[in-house]
Parts: sequence; structure tokens; C-alpha cells
Amino acid sequence: MTEINLVQAVNLALARAMQDDDRVIVLGEDVGADGGVFRATDGLLKRFGAERVFDTPLAEAGIAGLSVGLAAQGFRPVVEIQFTGFIYPAIDQLANHASRLRTRTRGRITCPMVLRSPCGGGIHAPEHHSESPEAMFAQIPGLRVVIPSSPKRAYGLLLAAIRDPDPVVFLEPTCLYRTAREDVADDGIAAPLDRCFVVREGTDLTLIAWGAMVKEALEAADALARTSVSAEVVDVATLKSLDEETILASVKKTSRAVIVHEAPLTGGFGGEIAARIAEHALLSLLAPIERVAGYDTVIPLPRLEQHYFPNAARISDAARRAMAYT
Amino acid sequence: MSETVAQFEITYTRCLDPDGKPVGPLPDFAGNSATVTALYRALVRTRAFDAKAIALQRTGRLGTYASSLGQEAVSVGCASAMRPEDVLLPSFREHGAQLLRGVTPLELFLYWGGDERGSAFAGPQQDFPNSVPVGSHAPHAAGVALAIKLRREPRVTVCVFGDGATSKGDVAEALNLAGIWRLPVVFVVSNNQWAISVPRARQTAAETLAQKAIAAGLPGEQVDGNDIVAVRAVVGAAVERARRGEGPSLVEALTYRLGDHTTADDASRYRDDATVTPHWQEEPILRLRRYLTERGVWSKQDEERLLRETSAEIDAAANAWLATPPLDPATMFEQTYAEPTAELVKQRDAMLARGAERAAMAVAS
Repeated sequence: MTEINLVQAVNLALARAMQDDDRVIVLGEDVGADGGVFRATDGLLKRFGAERVFDTPLAEAGIAGLSVGLAAQGFRPVVEIQFTGFIYPAIDQLANHASRLRTRTRGRITCPMVLRSPCGGGIHAPEHHSESPEAMFAQIPGLRVVIPSSPKRAYGLLLAAIRDPDPVVFLEPTCLYRTAREDVADDGIAAPLDRCFVVREGTDLTLIAWGAMVKEALEAADALARTSVSAEVVDVATLKSLDEETILASVKKTSRAVIVHEAPLTGGFGGEIAARIAEHALLSLLAPIERVAGYDTVIPLPRLEQHYFPNAARISDAARRAMAYT
Repeated sequence: MSETVAQFEITYTRCLDPDGKPVGPLPDFAGNSATVTALYRALVRTRAFDAKAIALQRTGRLGTYASSLGQEAVSVGCASAMRPEDVLLPSFREHGAQLLRGVTPLELFLYWGGDERGSAFAGPQQDFPNSVPVGSHAPHAAGVALAIKLRREPRVTVCVFGDGATSKGDVAEALNLAGIWRLPVVFVVSNNQWAISVPRARQTAAETLAQKAIAAGLPGEQVDGNDIVAVRAVVGAAVERARRGEGPSLVEALTYRLGDHTTADDASRYRDDATVTPHWQEEPILRLRRYLTERGVWSKQDEERLLRETSAEIDAAANAWLATPPLDPATMFEQTYAEPTAELVKQRDAMLARGAERAAMAVAS
């Protein structure tokens, strides 16, 4: 076992999937000789050849549509969209075609493709490079939406996404690409695509987060522990399909919930989770549900971005507000 | 200094004039009576399906329907140039191609009647369902063709879309992809001159739609889309070029939408009858019948028998459609994913429980 970062874990999972299954091919902008702008596909061209790893022209709708055709013919395309800010032209293909082919043909044609994209902020990138559009995807029936929060999780979830018989949007938090490091065994074991993970146990409140915000929630939990507040942290690794049970069980236990995401507050996936808690665990709650999210503004350029994205301090503040109710 | 670094020309092919008279040497197949009468039968069958579909819609027994009236030769001609193992990616007006490739009239009625079983057709297993979004299936054709090329199979992809679709980025991206990798795909523009209410002249300043292929590095040409002999010859040549590994092409088939855009449209709002009337002189079925009659291989008796047979087949399919009960509502949850998610199971069970409750209440009252 070696200690690797998240982008290396993505690379490891891609190589593993390609080695295990000839139908898996990798395509996208600069994924070949360049190895991807974040190096997620580094070395794959050399190892698997130009028929299984290839650069596409700069055409997000075309790439997504191309993958629909490849998947319909039995390939398992794994597409990289360079940044989530450039994913919007591909949404037409996902919403109108990839997610519907199985239903429309009653299973005659299916679409086992994975669309990977670096998401979220915190890397001081130019405009359009810090988006978190997971809620848009989560509303599309027929898609799965997955966001890893650690190298280990990225490896297992990406393997699962590639093996899944339906289209998956796999969002990789850029700010975790090189910061988080952990031992990852290349054991070929896929993680479940319908489970939340309790990454820290606690008794006083539940912090619910995904992607890069899991790290902030864990830091907040550390800070809260120093003030004798015991926070449980749930990593919603698969927004769709959502593992409601794990979230509800935790909230019923702790009686308080703080939901954290980078995306803007309004229409964010936190609203969906809050609604589930209200529907199924309202009577267990001691405090109003708190949401800590990006603001309903355009994401500011990097000089102000630290004021926009939720962080451990904002999460701790929300947790303390919830703790004021007893 | 400046010099010309690129030039292009677009050819237009016609074999039969509107009177069904050859305008030059015909392709070999045009001399084969069995082949040409089979094409004729397919055209007539398509139009009979079309008329029935409109009649059913007008009487509230079919959903909104897109007629192919006047454009049958493009559709049937394309399909006649394909092999069964080739893959068709149609827009929503290619009933003629689908019927010729083995989609049944019943399946088409199911589709246009609003039943997913209409796209679960038993015939051409790999053919795509209709693309209602305009032109966004063109990249799928590139993907299918890439899959075929990667597997080194002697198969070809044929993607049909309308003139309106050529204004879209999806089509430009698909042509570009096909050009780069020299994919075994033929794009057919069924240019019926209207994107609903917007005529061809107001869709693009380009002289032809065929030339849009040139910029992507693939050959583009025009064909008389109301002349099925020409359509089959030109699309057939493009299909066989692709099959030999000589790359993609685009064929712009010039035809005319004689009917409304769909049954939900009223074309009199934007074009008058005087605009349409002359195009009836060019329509494809009359043209081919004149050719067959002139050659002495088609008689009044043949025509009457064909109309009788076709009408019986289409009527039987329509009756079968009308007698087909809808799917069990719970089936909508079955095909969203390979296996229903926990959430879908909950939603399905809630729907079923509510249904059961209402049924019990109805019995009680």
C-alpha cells in the first residue's frame, strides 16, 4: 500500500478498470499525451494505447454525445470534462439522452458511461473553474451523482461508477486533488453507489457534507470537540441515489442537523436533505436545521473566494447556533 | 501576396425528373424491376402509415404526430442503401426508414401513441429511437461509428436530421468528430425547406447545407430527395465508401414538407397554399410510379392490389394499437436504472398503495 493523493487515486482506479475490462475507454480534452490538466489520466495512453485513451476536440456537447453512442454500442466510456464550469453544454446530452435511453427503449439500449469532472473552488483558478452544479445533475432521473471526499473513496467510487450499468456524473473536488493523502490499496474493490458514510461518530449534532466540505466538517468537528460538543459527520458520497436512511438514523440519534455545501444555498441539494429530515425526523429535532452553503451570488474571483465558500469556522458557528436549543 | 488555398464545389444529383423520365444514365439497380418496385411499395406503405396516423390523431386516438408526407423518398432511400447490421439514428420524421428496416407499423403507432414499447422494437436491435431534440443525436452517430471503427466491423452508421438541425452546434461538433477520425458514418440532411415556420433561406446564409460538411473535412453533396433512385444511389455510394474505411460524408437531400410540421402545427399561419401547390408536382411517389409505368412493370392492377394490401396491413396495425392496453403504471419505475433505487421503490410502492386505497374506496362506495 502506498500513500497517494486523490488525483492519483482517480488515476489508479482508471487504470484498474481499464485493465479489468477491455470495454473501458478514456476520452476527453487533453487526456492523452498531456495526461489531463490535473494529470488524472497520466500514463494511461502509454499503457493502454491510442485506441483506448484518446484526445477529443474541444466540444463538450459532442464529447458527451459521442460517449452516448459508444456506450450504446457496449463500450464503457469514461469522459473527462476539464472543469465543471464547462460541463453545461454536455447537460443536454445527459438530460435528454444518456439518462433516458434505457427508459425510452425499455432497456433495449443502455448508456453505461461516466462523466468525470473536477469541481468546486479553493484553487485560485480563473472564472468558471470553481462551480458545484451537483444539484442540477441530481434532479435528472436516470443519472447517478457521486462526489468523493478522499483518495480511498475516490478509488472505490470511481470503480463502482465505471462498472455501473447506467450513466454516472463523477465530480472530483479540485481542492482535494493534492491536499488529501492516504493509503489506498489497489484491490479492485468498488464502493457502494448508494451509501452515505459516517466518517466521524458523535452524539450532539450531525454535520452533513460532501466532497471538499467533508474535510471542513471534520475540522469543525475537531473545533467543536474542544468545546465539548460531539459532532457526527456524514459524507454524502452519492447524492443520487441518496442514502436517506444513514442520514435519518444519525439525525434521530443527535437531534440536530447542519448541512454543508459549496453550491449556492437556493436550490442546493441541502434543501433536499433538509426536506427529508423534516419529513421523516422532524419530531426528533431539538433545533432548526441549519444550512451552510455558498451564497446566491456569482462565485467571486479568487481574491474574495475564501469569503464565499463554507469553511470550518462557518460550520462551527452554525453548529453552535443549533446547540443553543436544548 | 494572396492566393487561393482551398476551394470547394457541391454537386447535385438527379436520376429521374418529376415526370419519372431518366435525365441521364441510371444506376444499375434502376433496371432491376424487383428492386425498384420494392422501393415503390415501401414509399406507398410509408404514406399509408402516415395517412392513418394523422387520421388517428385527428380523432383523438394518437398523440402529436410528425408527418413525412412528401419526404418519403429520402427516408426509404436511405434505409434501402443500408444493410440490416448497419445502425440508423433517425430524427422524428423517418417512418419510411424505420418501416423498411423492420420496425413494425404497430410499434410506430405505439411510439406516436405515447408508449415506450414503440421504441423497444424487435427489429433492428441497435437502431436508435427517434431523436425529438433536434440534431442532438448527431454526436451519437459519431459515437456509434467510432465503436464500429474501434472493433473493425464492416458496418456503417446513418444519421438523418432535418435542415433545421444544421443550424445547431451538435451537428457541427458531430461532423467535426467524424471528420477527424474518418468514421464510418453518413449524415443525411432531409432538407424539407422548413424548420417549422422558418424557411431554408432564413436559416443560414450558406448556399447549400451540404457545404457545412466541407468545413469539417468531409465530402458533402446534394441529391434530389424526391427522386428515390438518386437518393439510393448517392446515399448508397456514401455508405459503401464508409464501409470500405474511406470515411464519412454528408448528403443533403432536397425535398419538401407538404404537410404541417406536426399535427399540432397549422402551416397556414406562415405559408400559403400557392407556395406549396407546385411542390406536389415533384413529389416522390407519383414520380416513381411514372417511371415504373413507362417501363411497363407496373399496372393499374398492381397499384390497386398494393393499395388494398397496404391498407389492410396498416388498418390491422392500427386496430392492434387501439387494442393494446397501456403498460402497468408501476413499470415506469423499472427502466430508470438497471435496478430501481431504494428511493424509486419507495415512490413506486406509495403509488401502488394509493391506487389500492382508491380501488378499495371505489368498491366500498
